[in-house]
Amino acid sequence: MASVSLRSVHKKFGPITVLQSIDLDIEDGEFVVLVGPSGCGKSTLLRSIAGLETINGGEIHIGERQVNHVAPKDRDIAMVFQSYALYPHMDVRRNMGFSLNLRKSPTRMVVERVSAASTKLGLNSLLDRLPKQLSGGQRQRVAMGRAIVRNPQVFLFDEPLSNLDAKLRATMRTEIKALHQSLKTTAIYVTHDQVEAMTMANRIVVMSDGVIQQVGAPLELYDRPANIFVAGFIGSPTMNFFDAVIDGKQAGLADGSLLALPASAAVTEGQKVVIGIRPEHLHFTDTGIPGTVVVVEPLGMSTQVTLDAARERVTLLALERPVLAPGDRKHLTARPQDIHVFDRASGLRVN
Amino acid sequence: MARAVSVRRRTIATAAAWLIGFLIFFPILWTIITSFKTELEAFSTPPKFLFFEWTTENYGIVQERSNYLRFVSNSLILSIGSTLVALLFAIPAAWAMAFAPAKRTKDLLMWMLSTKMMPPVGALIPVYLIFRDMGLLDSRGGLIAVLFLMNLPIIVWMLYTYFKEIPGEILEAARMDGASLWKELVYVLAPMAVPGIASTLLLNVILAWNEAFWTLNLTTSAAAPLTAFIASYSSPEGLFWAKLSAASTMAIAPILVLGWFAQKQLVRGLTFGAVK
Repeated sequence: MASVSLRSVHKKFGPITVLQSIDLDIEDGEFVVLVGPSGCGKSTLLRSIAGLETINGGEIHIGERQVNHVAPKDRDIAMVFQSYALYPHMDVRRNMGFSLNLRKSPTRMVVERVSAASTKLGLNSLLDRLPKQLSGGQRQRVAMGRAIVRNPQVFLFDEPLSNLDAKLRATMRTEIKALHQSLKTTAIYVTHDQVEAMTMANRIVVMSDGVIQQVGAPLELYDRPANIFVAGFIGSPTMNFFDAVIDGKQAGLADGSLLALPASAAVTEGQKVVIGIRPEHLHFTDTGIPGTVVVVEPLGMSTQVTLDAARERVTLLALERPVLAPGDRKHLTARPQDIHVFDRASGLRVN
Repeated sequence: MARAVSVRRRTIATAAAWLIGFLIFFPILWTIITSFKTELEAFSTPPKFLFFEWTTENYGIVQERSNYLRFVSNSLILSIGSTLVALLFAIPAAWAMAFAPAKRTKDLLMWMLSTKMMPPVGALIPVYLIFRDMGLLDSRGGLIAVLFLMNLPIIVWMLYTYFKEIPGEILEAARMDGASLWKELVYVLAPMAVPGIASTLLLNVILAWNEAFWTLNLTTSAAAPLTAFIASYSSPEGLFWAKLSAASTMAIAPILVLGWFAQKQLVRGLTFGAVK
């Protein structure tokens, strides 16, 4: 087990900069999730840590060691690939034992480690099968088994669940988290799915355009997003945004209605801002922002209502079960402490 | 996708396929039939198809006149030797092109292929002079070198297409698992590429076996393969159709048998990558 630290790492593919000056410290035993839209550089960053990509500048440390020029095979890290990348010509047992056999580990140790891992992952009955005889979920498990038999310093996961169906994904998510809690090995996990990020991570790193947007615990990111990008990326359904202009202690929306701001908002009169409100923080009231119901979607536990209000399409999540029909006219409001205020020009949070 | 086809159309299509197949096979069949005729019957008009006096005397005469086994062994050495040498160079080259491509890799592949478009006769005189000065004329080593270089572009191309089908992530996984480049090639890439390497080998053995231009021009006797054996029967003393046919049949028989048994591999080799 080891910590990982990145110091102003940057990387270019030809003229395109994919990582610009990434600084990140990952503590020993932490489960860190790199999340962002496709093309944001998260996979490239992971592959750089693995040594499968060479970086154009900066430093990567694993534990005490600077590994910039260390070959992947000598970095003592294990990686789980999106495609699982199992060796098609080897059965499960040999797939899992391959790394130990390459190191010429004593046979007894290989057998012990493989059987320990396969017991942990419920693979005991599949040890003699070839990858092509396994289902997607089983292949995924073998890929994890191949990583854990090595007892590496760091685990890297590159979107390991995106080839699985929704139900299996939820199960594997829980399993990976449980596995990490029992092994306590440092893990870096890449995904584009913010639900995976929220549920699995000790800390989330949100990336966009090769830049880290925010680093923090899942709920910290959810409650206090540092900018509009993070606010829109974390949370499902996504946060509602309204363009507004500061008018005293209030924000004037596009349709002229006013919204009370949190006391903490550091804004000046006439400043152009973006107001963010999470769907579950919007409520129906008698006065407030007028809106027209477009779609009503009962989800059981909650009801998702889509409205047109203040020239935006707005989502509201109601825990009670409102009786509504498309075309109904309602008024919306939110408590000041639930309102996120961002500067429109810089996109940064100002409260 | 299966389409509904009427019985009539299917019958016509089947008949047409057999007809085309027969037309393609006919020259070989005719050669084999002619080899069992006497010289007189071989060029009688109208040609006799099946009703003539079958004789094996041509084979006997051919055996007496030339040392068939020496030609066969030369053919084997040249075709297998040149293919193995080519694989030795082509496997690492194709690995690099498929898994670590550079900016100019595609251009390089096209250039390699373009050398095959040049008529070999364009290079005959310089190659001949080089061979003469180096004392390589009529030597197996020299001919292996020529055949190996001649087929190298095709071998690299074939292996490149095969390797492209192998997901790079599997090789990366091996690297993460601690495999050195050599171990990655031996334990992971090669076992996955065995079918590809095998069909490349087969196809190139056949190409080298049938190669006539260089073998005829650069050998006389010591290193002469079966192509020279056949050519020796179209001599200035006049054509001996029956004996020529017998020699041809003896020359193509081994490769025909090999091709028959390796059909599946060969078809796979030729169409690999076309359909996933």
